[in-house]
Amino acid sequence: MITKNNKDFVQHAMEFALKNGCNASKVVLYSATDSTFEIRDKKIERLMQSDEFSLGISLYVDGKFGSCSTNRLDKKEVEDLILRSITATRYLATDEARKLPDASRYFKGGNNNDLDSIDPDFNNVSPDKKKELAMKVCDEIMGKDPRIISATSSYEDEILNKYMITSNGFEGEEKRSYYGLNGGVSIKGEGDARPESSWYDVSVYLNDLQKEGIGTEALKRVLRKLGAHKIESGNYRVVVDNVNSARLLSPILDSLDGQSIQQHDSFLIDCIDKKVFGDNFTLKDEPFLKKARGARYYDNEGVATRPMTVIDKGVLKTYYIDTYAANKMKVAPTIASASVLTMPGGVRNCEELIAELDKGVLITGFNGGNCNSTTGDFSYGIEGFLIENGKTTQPINEMNVTGNMKTLWSHLAEVGSDPKTTSSYRIPSLLFENVSLSGL
Amino acid sequence: MLGTLAAPSIFARMPGEIVNENEKMEEALHYFSVEKGTIQKVLAAALENGGDYADLFFEHSINNSLVLLDGKVNSTSSNIDFGVGVRVLDGDQTGYAFVENVTPEEMLRAARTASLIAKSDKKTAPVNLTEKKLTHNYYKVGKDWQEYEIQKKTPFIQKLNDRIFSLDKRVKNVQVMQQDNTSLIMFANSEGVMYSDYRPMVSLAAVCIMMDNGRTENNYVSRSYRMGAEFLTDDLVETLAKEAIRKTSILFKAIKPKGGELPVVMGAGGSGILLHEAIGHAFEADFNRKNISIFSDKLNKKVCNEHINILDDGTIPFNRGSVNVDDEGVDGQKTYIVRNGILNSYLHDRISSKYYKVAPTGNGRRESFRQTPIPRMRATYMEAGNVKEEDIIHEVKNGIYAADFTNGQVQIGAGDFTFFVKDGYLIENGKLTQPIKDINIIGNGPKALADITMVGNNYKMDNGTWTCGKDGQSCPVTCGMPSALVSKLTVGGDN
Repeated sequence: MITKNNKDFVQHAMEFALKNGCNASKVVLYSATDSTFEIRDKKIERLMQSDEFSLGISLYVDGKFGSCSTNRLDKKEVEDLILRSITATRYLATDEARKLPDASRYFKGGNNNDLDSIDPDFNNVSPDKKKELAMKVCDEIMGKDPRIISATSSYEDEILNKYMITSNGFEGEEKRSYYGLNGGVSIKGEGDARPESSWYDVSVYLNDLQKEGIGTEALKRVLRKLGAHKIESGNYRVVVDNVNSARLLSPILDSLDGQSIQQHDSFLIDCIDKKVFGDNFTLKDEPFLKKARGARYYDNEGVATRPMTVIDKGVLKTYYIDTYAANKMKVAPTIASASVLTMPGGVRNCEELIAELDKGVLITGFNGGNCNSTTGDFSYGIEGFLIENGKTTQPINEMNVTGNMKTLWSHLAEVGSDPKTTSSYRIPSLLFENVSLSGL
Repeated sequence: MLGTLAAPSIFARMPGEIVNENEKMEEALHYFSVEKGTIQKVLAAALENGGDYADLFFEHSINNSLVLLDGKVNSTSSNIDFGVGVRVLDGDQTGYAFVENVTPEEMLRAARTASLIAKSDKKTAPVNLTEKKLTHNYYKVGKDWQEYEIQKKTPFIQKLNDRIFSLDKRVKNVQVMQQDNTSLIMFANSEGVMYSDYRPMVSLAAVCIMMDNGRTENNYVSRSYRMGAEFLTDDLVETLAKEAIRKTSILFKAIKPKGGELPVVMGAGGSGILLHEAIGHAFEADFNRKNISIFSDKLNKKVCNEHINILDDGTIPFNRGSVNVDDEGVDGQKTYIVRNGILNSYLHDRISSKYYKVAPTGNGRRESFRQTPIPRMRATYMEAGNVKEEDIIHEVKNGIYAADFTNGQVQIGAGDFTFFVKDGYLIENGKLTQPIKDINIIGNGPKALADITMVGNNYKMDNGTWTCGKDGQSCPVTCGMPSALVSKLTVGGDN
């Protein structure tokens, strides 16, 4: 946790920077406490525990910018670090775009306590309870099928505290808790193959963590992979399940980033208020959802967040532009990055989307690949299932999906109703038309 | 806890190889302000619940970076990371804790937490610590980063930007990043081994963004070595600048190929990503010890053509993946993982070498004091064959030549691996023809290895900024390869 002494230390670092040549400064202190219990074949394989701190200082020196960070919270050492970093910063070129945000844009509420982002019982979970939770996941797998080679499970938790101040008046404190439970299983497959799969849940409150069924689901997911092979190359109707759909959104978020726009490293330049994607693509940023991972009142600059429509029926409505990128481009800043993303409007879940298809492919996993940030051209490895007559049939693997992000999202036929709420990207299952898959 | 640090100022000079070898350990102990007696007590506490083995990994790292945007070197950052990790092994079970403070009280607290993995009455005799003299130094520093001021670095960064712009009028933006890191490691274990290692690392990278007739393309070039400031030279700047233009401008001519199963000629150098993903990870012994690798039953069996030798090497001077000693006290070494087509050795850490009853191979590596060591690759490459590259290409009627890569991934048990080809060529009737770009290639490790039918005589190490991720830990690695023909892989593309 961050104590009064910690806050005084942060304040001292700020004052020291300002007294020694900085015109402005931001200081952030992080503290985290973590524990992990890993089980393999019902035996503890690894237990880990840690407490850690990190202090980060942004230095604005006569129109020049530098930063430094350390986990050594010693007054003399931090002062030395600041002095050396100021000296180094003076050797840089002037960059007048480097400024703190306008103070009027800061969040004024002080903390995030009413977002329910921290479990008050975090410190009351005993090591034995943590081990028991992880062991139970393993129990659900072990001995349930003769083809099982190895079963693993893990419990992990973290409490994260962040305290941030700026020299033009921002002060904010965030506390977040996190719990995770994971199950994994490897089985004997065809030949030498040992297919693996896993399942997990994460939550902000321990009471909300799924404690039963994780091992069972992991086993189910690996058994259904048996007999996988590639199918004919072609253009297919494709359903991407809600565990993997956010992967297809990430390149779009990267291209909405202000610095990417400013550097011409984006395939979405000059697209505001333009119809870039299909009618079925609406994306919202909802930063104030309670108990949601990613929920927050302010971004990493201290700027107050707000609910936003990012894409409205295929029309791009906003970029994520921080103060630096805004000053560079001479445009109004928005928010530095996304908080909680949602795609509203879905009425059918993954199974119901599949049931509509005479023939198609369900993607249940990506394997590598990349996306060209300036063109939106992508190519990813995939695994999943052939869909025939509304049902998944043949498991498939060793195939690629290739295309262009603008084209893909223009071919979004339907949005599912089943977002996985464990992620800050709450993206449901998605149905796309005319997607190029390479196999045989 | 604030204001209670026992170590001297972090800005005291780290003791590197400039000190007398005989005084190295004393220098390190003095530097971390830790006495041998304290280390012995902490190791004893770590084993008080009966573990088999314990070690302490002290680390102090200083990382400096500079960024050029929009034509000017206009951002710098420095990071200091300091702490000690305490590991206890009991059979194949691991207890681990770390603290960011090296007071006896803090270290004892970590040791007692890590000790909870064991539960037996076994008593361990007090440890008599002896310094292990490192047999080689694969990264001797000429100009120490600690003494190389920022004003000596910025001209190289500026020159790289200016040179890229000077080479082609289509250049729209350039971003340059330079990063140097110096780590002092001090290690002690319950077998009485102590050592210290001074580890430099540097990288210089540029993103080149070009516009041509309304189209925009970008590409990335980099070099990285375990090296001091002698790394920064005009020759390096010139090489990277020309490479940035070549690799970006070719993309304007490139297309996405038609997808499907095709023969693939892997160009020399970065094609080592094939080895890293297709087989390297699956040869890491933790996966095999747990019987979850597709190669778990293949030790001493033929896995590919008898003329193929594949190595994982921690001894290449200045290589990004080299280690004088790994992160659990084993000398860096050169390991034949495939020799004459036979799977010769897994890549071991301390736990797996004990399991397999073989000597460790020096692959026990960790990202920092915050993590436990696990088997990791170093520099993974294939030895040269005896065929000219043009003769390999000549063999292919309809296929792909893969030249540059960005990233890859593998499923250890199923064996399916991928790598992303940033640029390459179509091969038509034995000749390179149309440039191609931005395609993923997927295959299966054992099949791909068995399908390597020709190996070139043009071995090349790729010294880019390769970073391998595993179990949430990042590790610097490299890869290399001569040109080689894989008779069949699944190539992404249009239909």
